[in-house]
Amino acid sequence: MYAYDEFDRAFLAERVAEFRDQVGRRLSGALSEDEFKPLRLMNGVYLQLHAYMLRIAIPYGTLNAAQLRRMAHVARVYDRGYGHFTTRQNIQFNWIKLEELPEAMASLAEVGVHGIQTSGNCIRNVTTDQWAAATPEECDDPRIWAEILRQYSTLHPEFTYLPRKFKIAITAAGHDRAAIKVHDVGLRLHRNEAGELGFEVLVGGGLGRTPFVGKSIRPFLPARELLSYIEAIMRVYNQYGRRDNIYKARIKILVHEIGAEEFSKAVEAEWAAIRDGALHLTDEAIAEIRDRFIYPSFETLENEPAALTEALKDSRFATWHRNSVQAHKVPGYSIVTISLKPVGAPPGDATADQMEVVADLAERYGFSEIRVGHEQNLCLPHVAQKDLPALWAALEAAGLATPNVNLVNDIIACPGLDYCALANARAIPVAQEIAKRFADLDRARGVGRLHINISGCINACGHHHVGHIGILGVEKNGQEFYQITLGGRADEHAQLGTLLGPAVSYEQVPGLVEDVVDTYMELRAGPHELFIDTVARLGVEPFKERVYAAH
Amino acid sequence: MPLIEKGEIVADLYVRVADDEPLPEGVAVLIGIDRFLNEAEALKGRQAPVGVIWPNNRPIAEIAPHLGQLSLIALNFPSFRDGRAYSQARLLRERLGWTGPLRAIGNVLRDQFLLMERSGFDQIDAVKPADAAAFDEAVQAYTVFYQPATDARPSLLRQRLGRTLAGVRS
Repeated sequence: MYAYDEFDRAFLAERVAEFRDQVGRRLSGALSEDEFKPLRLMNGVYLQLHAYMLRIAIPYGTLNAAQLRRMAHVARVYDRGYGHFTTRQNIQFNWIKLEELPEAMASLAEVGVHGIQTSGNCIRNVTTDQWAAATPEECDDPRIWAEILRQYSTLHPEFTYLPRKFKIAITAAGHDRAAIKVHDVGLRLHRNEAGELGFEVLVGGGLGRTPFVGKSIRPFLPARELLSYIEAIMRVYNQYGRRDNIYKARIKILVHEIGAEEFSKAVEAEWAAIRDGALHLTDEAIAEIRDRFIYPSFETLENEPAALTEALKDSRFATWHRNSVQAHKVPGYSIVTISLKPVGAPPGDATADQMEVVADLAERYGFSEIRVGHEQNLCLPHVAQKDLPALWAALEAAGLATPNVNLVNDIIACPGLDYCALANARAIPVAQEIAKRFADLDRARGVGRLHINISGCINACGHHHVGHIGILGVEKNGQEFYQITLGGRADEHAQLGTLLGPAVSYEQVPGLVEDVVDTYMELRAGPHELFIDTVARLGVEPFKERVYAAH
Repeated sequence: MPLIEKGEIVADLYVRVADDEPLPEGVAVLIGIDRFLNEAEALKGRQAPVGVIWPNNRPIAEIAPHLGQLSLIALNFPSFRDGRAYSQARLLRERLGWTGPLRAIGNVLRDQFLLMERSGFDQIDAVKPADAAAFDEAVQAYTVFYQPATDARPSLLRQRLGRTLAGVRS
């Protein structure tokens, strides 16, 4: 965990006071709604279909038990008893009353939680690997660098009114769980041949109505030069990004229109002028941030203790263990993913009771740490293997042990027409219905790793372009229709899915998905060939033939 | 539109003159970019101060050859949501070495005063009188600043780095 100091706390208090004053001026009429809107957005307050929505940042996906417990409190007192975890390591409360917003915010601020820059045309919450500081795959804790960027970008005087929103993601592992290639800026932390730490820098990735995979503009940026290089990118974008059309204002359009090479040249020229300036990170400055991350005091333990081996004889525990438990870098410990995708429930939702259960379990078994991943699941990053059986039993009792992580019913979906003012079609009920078709988890396990992503409109909050199966809701003559893509992925091999064929109606989607899955089961080279690999080998044609013949 | 300079409401000594109006003699004038560039040579002989309104869609580096004959630079915010002039201001101060008056004009509102000050503006042409009256409150809303910018406020990063603004300009 990153420990806030007196400066961070003072800043947060000043921010809350400023927003309270802005709300007051809005109510008195001193601020018009047009003038107020960007101010409330930059505090996480949206006006949705039915009510105001409050989006709270979970910086780099890390929470402590007290913070999660406070979110449960807010869900219970100010909302309808639940919250929704998003694809960007945020949590949203969908039913908060405007007059109660400042109270809810003040309550969250007491535990260092806020909605600053979770919306608006500014640098948003920096996201990273939910397994940071736990996975043996990483070369460094990416959260150190996310925190440096959080501080740098918070109320940045020059970059608060950008052409459009700006999202940065960081991975420090070879296997990318942060989807860096579909962000405005993606940073891949690695070591060069000399063993020095640095970033590969990608720009111009993004989904939405014009999806692009990010382009690499620098293979190795020494880590201590991160801020000056980011400032150079931001300055080029702030001056030259399009502002004439909201749909062409993201950095990906600028990079696409002038070309990655031209863009890179402009950034390098700007960077040359500032790289030795005030943003140069000294070892002391980096160490200062690093020292404020508090790591667990791990015990000296053996892998596969007797308590675990014994428990694995229970097939239900063994199934969950195989699905939801991953290797930790410290012997005797594991990473546990908590599925927020129980069959039939809205993906990513957690009730106040469930949040409290997870907070309690994190305290008892996980050094009080909780993580949120972009797949809309939670994670306890540091659990002793000997505690896994007891943890599982407690999760199971709370309905939080569905062993479907990465399976066909671990679906990513945006709120869709049930909540969102922008949506053209429902997303959550589609996810629920598909999940039900595969409710037999033995069948889902037989299918193996398969990511379904659903967006209720072209803005792509459900990241449908990068779903192994992507589902996009559109509106035609007042009716909901869905376009299906295959072969997308958001990892280190990121690519956009290919359209399968004509859009189908709401009722047809679950059956069509089942047909796609059945086709895969017939065509795959063997049980070890994943869905995504079969699509890569054969293309979408064989799927198209079978699926549309059946409908 | 009250003009604020270094925190005080002051009289505007500059007269804004449209491109098709004659330039008054002996008065400080603030003129548009087209007129300025067209008449740059002739303006060099003028006795009274000349200021220019530099548009936010024109690279600020192009102003460099003219800095010596300018007494005021005004940067425009066509809408408060259009933040291009923040970058122009910082580049003027930190890259091009402009130390003269730098004025924010256009849709200039209270909730952006602090950002403007931090980006190097020392004159603010506020749209609303009530905003101008609340200037001190607006720029003193925060005591904590995370990142270094153009102003002299100590940033947390700069404190940690032990550097000063001189580091930026050198």
